[in-house]
Amino acid sequence: MTFRRYLVLAGVSVFAVTGDSLVSRGMKQVGSISLHDLPGIVLVVFRPEIALGIFFLLAFFACYTSALSWADLTYVLPATSISFILLTLVAKFILHENVSLARWMGVLLISIGVGVVTQGPALTHPPKAKKSECLGATASARLEP
Amino acid sequence: MNQLYAWGAVAGIVSASTAGDVLLSRGMKQVGDVAELRRQAGLVTVIARVLRNPNFVLGVAAMAVAFYAMLFGLSWADVSLVIPAATSLTFVTNAIAARFFLHERVDQRRWMAALLVAGGVVLLAL
Repeated sequence: MTFRRYLVLAGVSVFAVTGDSLVSRGMKQVGSISLHDLPGIVLVVFRPEIALGIFFLLAFFACYTSALSWADLTYVLPATSISFILLTLVAKFILHENVSLARWMGVLLISIGVGVVTQGPALTHPPKAKKSECLGATASARLEP
Repeated sequence: MNQLYAWGAVAGIVSASTAGDVLLSRGMKQVGDVAELRRQAGLVTVIARVLRNPNFVLGVAAMAVAFYAMLFGLSWADVSLVIPAATSLTFVTNAIAARFFLHERVDQRRWMAALLVAGGVVLLAL
């Protein structure tokens, strides 16, 4: 694993949290929209917060698909679940919400899960790609400076 | 009856999003390392190759189905049941599907990570 690849994984988590939070905040300001109000549904994407949120969600999808091009699905999904941890930290320290003990336990479990998976190799089944990549993080770091 | 609808929606979301993730992963492996491809052939070629990949397109369609299943689920049941149940179960079903359809080596480490994150997501919703 190279530093750039860790950045892509971090991008998946950070962009997902930022995009979701912006869209959620934007939609709360708009209030409820009826399904019959088609122009309202379309025009809502031009509100600055929602447009910025969609931009971040596109960045999330670009990072996610990029990560899947060089890592296993069973590596990418747990590794990027730090987004749940970030979301809890945002809730506690920025939104000043009350975070229960159960939620902190959840954060702890997810942190251990992220730690466990990222200690192992990112790719275990190179289809047509270089076989060397399946040897593990050390090998891929050496081969891809 | 409402419970049945809620769990039906959860099953729908989990199946569609697992199918989406597996198809996207297979499609992107066929495309190859996008950073390397971009260096060799440029960004436009990368985007064209990704968008022309049938697995990628099917994966995005499956994710759209998962999104609509979630909207239906939320109209039938509580957000506090549907979202954590669907999110945590997806980690487990993805591990099973990746083992059988993507032939990933889902060893003890990967299973432990998937189950820890799935359990953590359930706790976050409490």
